[in-house]
Amino acid sequence: MNDMTLMDNTVDTQNIKIAAKDVNVHYGDSHAIKDVNVEIEDKTVTAFIGPSGCGKSTFLRCLNRMNDTIDICRVKGDILLDGEDIYDRRVDPVQLRAKVGMVFQKPNPFPKSIYDNVAYGPRIHGLARNKAELDEIVEKSLRRGAIWDEVKDRLDAPGTGLSGGQQQRLCIARAVATEPEVLLMDEPCSALDPIATAQVEELIDELRSRYSVVIVTHSMQQAARVSQKTAFFHLGNLVEFGPTGQIFTNPEDARTESYITGRIG
Amino acid sequence: MTDLSQSPAGAEPRKHGGSLLQQTSHTKKRNAAETRFKAYGIAAIAAGLLMLVILVTTIVGKGTGAFQQTFVTLNVELLEAKLDKKGNRDLADIKKVTTFGYAPIIKGAMEAAVADLGIETSLKPKQLAGILSKDVAAQLRDYVIANPDQIGQTVEFRFLASGRVDGYLKGRVTRDSIANDKNISPEQLDLVDALAAAGVLEKTFNLDFITGADASDARPEAAGIGVAMLGSLFMMLVVLALALPIGVAASIYLEEFAPQNWLTDMIEVNISNLAAVPSIVFGILGLAVFINYMHLPTSAPLVGGLVLTLMTLPTIIISTRASLKSVPPSIRDAALGVGASKMQAVFHHVLPLAAPGILTGTIIGLAQALGETAPLLLIGMVGFIASNAPETLADGLLAPNSAMPAQIYEWAKRADPAFYERAWGGIIILLIFLVTMNTFAVILRRRFERRW
Repeated sequence: MNDMTLMDNTVDTQNIKIAAKDVNVHYGDSHAIKDVNVEIEDKTVTAFIGPSGCGKSTFLRCLNRMNDTIDICRVKGDILLDGEDIYDRRVDPVQLRAKVGMVFQKPNPFPKSIYDNVAYGPRIHGLARNKAELDEIVEKSLRRGAIWDEVKDRLDAPGTGLSGGQQQRLCIARAVATEPEVLLMDEPCSALDPIATAQVEELIDELRSRYSVVIVTHSMQQAARVSQKTAFFHLGNLVEFGPTGQIFTNPEDARTESYITGRIG
Repeated sequence: MTDLSQSPAGAEPRKHGGSLLQQTSHTKKRNAAETRFKAYGIAAIAAGLLMLVILVTTIVGKGTGAFQQTFVTLNVELLEAKLDKKGNRDLADIKKVTTFGYAPIIKGAMEAAVADLGIETSLKPKQLAGILSKDVAAQLRDYVIANPDQIGQTVEFRFLASGRVDGYLKGRVTRDSIANDKNISPEQLDLVDALAAAGVLEKTFNLDFITGADASDARPEAAGIGVAMLGSLFMMLVVLALALPIGVAASIYLEEFAPQNWLTDMIEVNISNLAAVPSIVFGILGLAVFINYMHLPTSAPLVGGLVLTLMTLPTIIISTRASLKSVPPSIRDAALGVGASKMQAVFHHVLPLAAPGILTGTIIGLAQALGETAPLLLIGMVGFIASNAPETLADGLLAPNSAMPAQIYEWAKRADPAFYERAWGGIIILLIFLVTMNTFAVILRRRFERRW
């Protein structure tokens, strides 16, 4: 396949965080992901783009085994996180998800206080030995979520009372509170207005310095703005994967070009 | 009735021509149909409301009498010669005097009262005492046994009047209706009128009806629903202790953990079916399994509670599953996304959000169980308990008892109209419980219901 050679040329194997090899996903009878091979780098924003139903979200959810919760979903192939197969029988998905955090399409804070939202992950993973440490983690995480200044005076207020953009940044803060290494974002801005979107995008760019970020997006402009690498999915296939600039200016595959110029999708 | 009816075959399809200011015949017809339908709806609601009003006024009208009772206030001289012949205040000797031994004292007290008030009457002492309840001797004896030091003194007592006298004051018994009644005579009614005029005999609020125990056929005036209330309370405790944990555990497993396959589908269908099984079926099941096979005591609140648990479980499971389902999946995703295990996600996030719904369902299930009668009749929860509250309380779950609806049924069966009045009174108390529980459920739902 064409894109295989492309990947081999461009990816420096030293910094590979997640490597997917021949991944196939079936939902019951439908074949949702077909032979996807992709290597996601550390400290990079990788965008998955493609028309609706192309399998990009499905693939994203494979990376932290959120698909395990769906009975009829079967995943074949290897997904390696730092060289370890996350679908190995010895891997506990709960432990994996602490390492690979996730932010969802719709902001979904727990109906609890802002503080408890962020503190929940560290609490269940035992990351803090006492209240002072937990306070510290909460502050640090809220700062990384670029929302500390807005909520520091009302940590006891319910998280659901924030605006949509604030809620989403709270969810990002909640995700980074468990000290993950990878952050998966499933269309994190699709429910937000343009101003909130801009704030979250800015935040994603900051997060790149610490985490490997994978973002699924419907907006090609967003992919172009925030990502360094872009993968284009179509009908369950990974059509093209490469540096974002190259994908948007000089795509190799005709389907990619059709999509980014608006002819399919 | 629907608007989908086709135009008759062969008719020209209408065109949207003409002025908008003029309604076409088609539009007029449609509007008329709509108006008609609204009128039917309002009529249906009005009919329902009318029934409700009739029901409530009937219940209140017939039942409030049970909360009032006629009492006679008398000074009774506790004659030492009759009650403690040896004069040593030995409790064993005092207890040897049966209620029959108290009859002369009561007669004496009545005679004295009539003489004091200067009432002219041709009645003999026995007939004078006839306007009092047959329960009076027992009341007096209980008092003397509890206070042996009062023997020889004159003590003021508030005695129950007999059911006929009570009925006379409430208008249930009239001079015409007693023509063939051996229990009361017109002369006695004259005496009642005179005593009432003197203020010795009066109708007041009767707490004993709410707290007291059932009484035998001859003494309707002494019957109360308190002990049956305790029986119901015991049963509800059993139901709550069993049905809530079992129901919630089953629902959580089915809703959150169980795989989707034919077995869980079967279980689901059968739970819904169980909710529709007539309660008498659960009654006969309880009779066969708990009493005949497991040899648990009959008439015991434990058995009643077990049977009602079986009946309530489907209700609780169905409502619990509905409220678990109403918690949006995004909350589960959020918890799993930060690395919570499935169980942590359920217990830390889903269950607290579903709790108001679960409680509401439980309360409604309990209310349903509280009013259930048929299964209780089959397992004999119609025990005749004449002892009062403290003793019954100590007997607990295994001693025979009755329950509110079963007690009401028992009273309605008896011949004396005074019991009929008490049955209506019991209904009022039962309804107060049910309305309170349902109101609580509604408040809980309104207050804590979360809109997503």
